[in-house]
Amino acid sequence: MKLKLVDISYKRILYFALLILLTLNVFDSAAQQRFPKPEFETGHTQPPTLTPEPRAELLEIIDVGVLILSLSLITWFILKKRSRKGVFWMSIFSIVYFGFYREGCVCSVGSLQNITLALFLPEYKIPVTVIAFFVIPLIYTLFFGRTFCAGICPLGAIQDIFVIKPYSLKSWANSLLGLFPYIYLGLAVLYAATATDFIVCRYDPFIGIFRFNGTFFMLVIGGIFLLTSIFIARPYCRFFCPYGVLLNIVSRFSGKHMTITPTECIQCKLCENSCPFDAIQKPVLVNVLDNRRTTVKRFIQLSLIIPLLIFLGGWTGSRFHENLASVNPKVRLANVLLEENNEINEDTQVEIDAFKSSGNTEGKLYSEAASIVKDFYTGGWILGGFLGLVFGLTLAGLSRFQYRTDYTPNKGTCLSCARCMDYCPVRPGKETEFTID
Amino acid sequence: MSKAGENNRLDRRKFINKTVRYSLAIGVCGVGAVLAGKASKGELVWQLDPAKCVQCGRCATNCVLTPSAVKCIHVYDMCGYCDLCSGYFRVNTKDLTTGAENQLCPTSAIERKFIEDPYFEYHIDEDLCIGCGKCVKGCASFGNGSLQLQVNHSLCVNCNQCSIARDCPAEAFSRVPADKAYSFKGFNRDELI
Repeated sequence: MKLKLVDISYKRILYFALLILLTLNVFDSAAQQRFPKPEFETGHTQPPTLTPEPRAELLEIIDVGVLILSLSLITWFILKKRSRKGVFWMSIFSIVYFGFYREGCVCSVGSLQNITLALFLPEYKIPVTVIAFFVIPLIYTLFFGRTFCAGICPLGAIQDIFVIKPYSLKSWANSLLGLFPYIYLGLAVLYAATATDFIVCRYDPFIGIFRFNGTFFMLVIGGIFLLTSIFIARPYCRFFCPYGVLLNIVSRFSGKHMTITPTECIQCKLCENSCPFDAIQKPVLVNVLDNRRTTVKRFIQLSLIIPLLIFLGGWTGSRFHENLASVNPKVRLANVLLEENNEINEDTQVEIDAFKSSGNTEGKLYSEAASIVKDFYTGGWILGGFLGLVFGLTLAGLSRFQYRTDYTPNKGTCLSCARCMDYCPVRPGKETEFTID
Repeated sequence: MSKAGENNRLDRRKFINKTVRYSLAIGVCGVGAVLAGKASKGELVWQLDPAKCVQCGRCATNCVLTPSAVKCIHVYDMCGYCDLCSGYFRVNTKDLTTGAENQLCPTSAIERKFIEDPYFEYHIDEDLCIGCGKCVKGCASFGNGSLQLQVNHSLCVNCNQCSIARDCPAEAFSRVPADKAYSFKGFNRDELI
């Protein structure tokens, strides 16, 4: 045993000798290795260092092609064929292709953060495919309504097949919960613009399911959303999706939006409860129109408090800028280093050690963190102001009545799923039978 | 309300809708075009720079995949084929045998093969490797540094935001063009070819 120990210490001495030689820079830079590779006498050939190639770029371009094709196809199914079946099979396709085969990344929902970051950080390189995934669904929605949501977005499609027994929500609940996507969008933009984090990707509920692999948290959240979708249809799309906010706004100006009836509404009320997303607008009763004067007055009064709400929101947002900024890793590290006598856990210690070995000075870190916090102050004002505006517009919108005689889809919230079409008894060929002049 | 007035209102609404629609279309396409102008040509993939890596062990725990897509890759050209491999053996190992108590790797993913006296070759079994970087640390501190952590791109799902990059204390991750997917410290693959 003793002999062995001596043996090892002899080797150690050899190592130290080599180390000293190295520090003296005896070897030239090309052969800067402590232990040069041996020349084998037995003719041993060394195995190659394997570096598996990433997914081929051609496949990424094909993905964009498939997106355009499937969007065109589903739009044709909705607007021309008026076929719910077609939409259903398209959603199955996109769950399989964009979900399970392509494994979900990058998706249009997440791409809005890349776009934001690219706009705010000039040196950030954004792949062309990400731009395509952001722009193409927006353009389609601008002209044909939210056909992307209907069955191309894998996140929506996977929830849609779970819609089994949807319950209608009260309109105040819809309006209130409908505010949450704006908050989520605002936060996502704030954190992407400050290059802090991509929160939409971090809290993507379905990516783990598509990959059959993910953290426990991811899979649990995904499961909760899918189970909720049985009773409250598509909860993520309606009450969380930040990209849905953009599509909602854009869809209101859509040129050829889906209609419930192929020709003219006969007021049969059959479609009234057919929408699982509460997106069908009922005809506005005449007596509501009667006190038009008071409603207009109320609308103006409510609109007047919007500037106040914007200011209040902005002020509140700016108060919280330090809390918002504390998510940023640089700000967090600077806070830890500045605070004395606090308990440092193992995780934080790793970060402190890494920072110290990186060779950056603390002064540089502090000034960087300070500038990030300053960005968050401005961002807090903008975020709060934006939310105040949204809140005010929602309030004012509650007292806005539009004269309507027919059952029509709400162009903003309608997901173009085509369910209501099957409830409409009017058939395009028999239009004369129902026409009322 | 008269029929004509109603028609007028509808026309006006249609006109406003159309104007907003086309200006939004131009706006969205404009943003897309501006960004496309400065966009990267090809696809981007996540790259781990071993020169920055501090082997904190988060690659093993923070990847969305289990086990992690970050693996230890052995750059054989840099290896000294040492008998006493500081990436394979724990410190203070008494016998240089392949006994589990002697190994640094928690999953026994390194295979030690005798070549000729006194040289041994070390293979990484990628199915077992969890990317904890313990061997990398050992090899870097006393050896040549031929064991290096890299993102294995046949496993990496190329998340929009890499969850390891987000928590990497050394900021060793960056997005690079696909042809520069691997980066080895102290060794250039192209020079060899």
